[in-house]
Amino acid sequence: MADALPGPDIRTGRLSPDDYLENFDDLHPPLGTHEASVEADRCYFCYDAPCTIACPTSIDIPKFIRQISTGNPVGSAKTIFAENILGGMCARVCPTETLCEEACVRNLAEDKPVQIGLLQRYATDTYLERPDRHPYSRAASTGKTVAIVGGGPAGLSCAHALACEGHDVTIFDAREKLGGLNEYGIAAYKTTNDFAQTEVDFVLSIGGIDVQCGKALGRDITLAGLRKEFDAVFLGMGLPGVNALRAEGEDLNGVIDAVAYIAELRQAKDLAKLPVGRKVVVIGGGMTAIDIAVQAKRLGAEEVTIAYRRDRDAMKASAYEQEVALTNGVVIREWFQPKRLLGEGGHVAGIELERTAQDASGRLSGTGETVTLEADQVFKAIGQTFVPDALGGAEALSLDSGRINVDDDRRTSVAGVWAGGDCIAGGEDLTVAAVEDGKVAARSIHAALSA
Amino acid sequence: MADLSTNFIGIKSPNPFWLASAPPTDKEYNVVRAFKAGWGGVVWKTLGEDPAVVNVNGPRYGAIHGRDRNLIGFNNIELITDRPLEVNLREIKQVKRDWSDRAMVVSLMVPCEEQSWIDILKKVEDTEADGIELNFGCPHGMSERGMGSAVGQVPEYIEMVTRWCKQHSRMPVIVKLTPNITDIRKPAQAAKAGGADAVSLINTINSIVSVDLDQMAPEPTIDGRGAHGGYCGPAVKPIALNMVAEIARDPETHGLPISGIGGVTTWKDAAEFMALGAGTVQVCTAAMTYGFKIVEEMKDGLSDWMDEKGYTSVDQVVGRAVPNVTDWQQLNLNYVVKAQIDQDACIKCGRCHIACEDTSHQAITSMKDGLRHFEVIDEECVGCNLCVSVCPVEDCISMVQMTEGTDPRTGKKIEPDYANWTTHPNNPNRVMEAAE
Repeated sequence: MADALPGPDIRTGRLSPDDYLENFDDLHPPLGTHEASVEADRCYFCYDAPCTIACPTSIDIPKFIRQISTGNPVGSAKTIFAENILGGMCARVCPTETLCEEACVRNLAEDKPVQIGLLQRYATDTYLERPDRHPYSRAASTGKTVAIVGGGPAGLSCAHALACEGHDVTIFDAREKLGGLNEYGIAAYKTTNDFAQTEVDFVLSIGGIDVQCGKALGRDITLAGLRKEFDAVFLGMGLPGVNALRAEGEDLNGVIDAVAYIAELRQAKDLAKLPVGRKVVVIGGGMTAIDIAVQAKRLGAEEVTIAYRRDRDAMKASAYEQEVALTNGVVIREWFQPKRLLGEGGHVAGIELERTAQDASGRLSGTGETVTLEADQVFKAIGQTFVPDALGGAEALSLDSGRINVDDDRRTSVAGVWAGGDCIAGGEDLTVAAVEDGKVAARSIHAALSA
Repeated sequence: MADLSTNFIGIKSPNPFWLASAPPTDKEYNVVRAFKAGWGGVVWKTLGEDPAVVNVNGPRYGAIHGRDRNLIGFNNIELITDRPLEVNLREIKQVKRDWSDRAMVVSLMVPCEEQSWIDILKKVEDTEADGIELNFGCPHGMSERGMGSAVGQVPEYIEMVTRWCKQHSRMPVIVKLTPNITDIRKPAQAAKAGGADAVSLINTINSIVSVDLDQMAPEPTIDGRGAHGGYCGPAVKPIALNMVAEIARDPETHGLPISGIGGVTTWKDAAEFMALGAGTVQVCTAAMTYGFKIVEEMKDGLSDWMDEKGYTSVDQVVGRAVPNVTDWQQLNLNYVVKAQIDQDACIKCGRCHIACEDTSHQAITSMKDGLRHFEVIDEECVGCNLCVSVCPVEDCISMVQMTEGTDPRTGKKIEPDYANWTTHPNNPNRVMEAAE
């Protein structure tokens, strides 16, 4: 039976076991062979295809779709992996509606793009059905060594490309498992059946990659040490810090960092043991806000409200993601910012939101008008930050807006150090962009090591 | 409402849609279902001599599919009816009696011996069927035994057997032609010379529909081996239309009634066959794909179209396009068109560009002012229609005639007069205009 906690209504086991299974099953069921064949036939095989141009990793989409339509999903997957070794995860988590599928010319014809994401998943899933195969073989060892800090999408992509070239790669990751946000951050219903680890195993199967988990930069290893020990270093440790609300009552129990909660959810062996409130408020407007809101709803929360300080157009979450939230019964309230959190006995009981307004120059300010929402849990999803302290004071790594500055080849200001993924300045905070960073950096590192 | 009734060489039917001699017309049960569904007539599945042939017990059919399993081409290795002759004759007689307003034609195939034909003709006459169709087309199995297309490929045999049939029977004779020849006019001329009342075409085309790459054998595969079959279905329609037109416009056979066969699937297919000279059409694959109900769409569609065009009877449609089928050398070389892309309809897939750029005349842009933009370059466009053919958007690209000015490609003035190859200066064999 559900454990009733005193005070706020936060409980485990709100749903039946079947409900958990259903709620956290694939958000988009995969295509079967016939469905994939029919969908592939919708592709026009465009010249200089807009979808490929829109893909941050430049996957040759018309080619891989044509390979599906000719009954060659394995070849199709190879086409995908050639540009994006994490094509399996990207097929699941890419906001395709703002990337390849937005560019699809079918939108002009009928407002219904080819389902590129699902086709990519069909091809890559087919390939990964057999764990014994890998599209590449490792070149003869070069004897050169590369340290990669962070085993997320950027680090994995970089590690794979360098291992292919015959370099000896070591991945250091602060967590227990590799995968980064693929393992700890993406909403559970987007990556079911432990896919993140399946993909990690696939990437590592190239060989030549040593994995050191539980090693955090600034704690167990230092950039200075890595630079001494390795021929090159790639930094891809993401954004370990979270922004503060800077509102009264932030320290109350029940005011939770959404990223940490999602990580817990992703690692939970039994979702029924994860406590969730009856009334939940989420602060923020990005993908994390949507993900936590929808997952809270699917864990059995009765009312979930996203409060965002601007309007929906300004949200970083795509219109499509917002639709997902709305169809899951999440309420999105625009033009509200948190003013203070109300507590009872040390636990949050509500949140006072202040209506905001924007002046002609786009500057936001509170109007003084407030509303109070009851809340058993308040999730903070207002962005993550890079933590430069880990780099060690001695290193004069140039930063921009708190993230690492890189050039087009993903070189940092320090010789022999490259960086990519969410921790670099000017990035898109997308899995697929991180994969591209890793790929580009690997090319540059290989060139440097071969020089 | 247009009158769809037809009188084809004296054989009357309420509409021009007949079922071709094939599996759908092998039994009373099927044929009665077809008549109930509204088909105008049937050509009963080919009768032969007893003992009846045997069919393979493995698969008889193979198919070419579109991605959503729509059937584009169909192939079979079935033989003529494998039921006893007497059973077929009894059923034919019964069905004709019960459905007297429908056309009942009986397809026949016996060895090239006069007595064999005399014997079977007599039996068929007793059924009071409306006519016979001589199966000189079946390209598999029976042809190995000197029948079917083995006869249809030798004009002299066609003429001989046709003559026997006319001589020994009062029934109208339709000769069914095989497309597995080099010039369809020759067998048609032979049929006419033998006294045929009509020809029907096309029978199926020799084909291997696919190869099983695991068994390394043609499909359908029977115990690891396959034989060529007969190809039919929507894929063969263009071949059939051409052959029908060739016979319709050949001076020697012009006016010879034609029953059109080959991939008729919709009313429009039927109307096209009729425009090229077919007085009736015969359908098989479409019925075998969808069932007999499809005849409703065919009848309604043909009738609605005829109403819209002001045609009141089928006769007004039959052969109407024949005068416009001509030889290449008669085409007007002064007719100049340029492709034009409707920019509002264009979805910017770029297929017109790459097709033209890679394989033709480099006459379509891919970019204008740094933006993705597809536009025809009149200076290069030869008006070939490739872009129209590959464009996924209907009516997005059209071919627009130039009626005045100068063709920017050739720099030549647009001539309003008709002029063809026969008088063209580049033609070494040109006909010189007679001196005054």
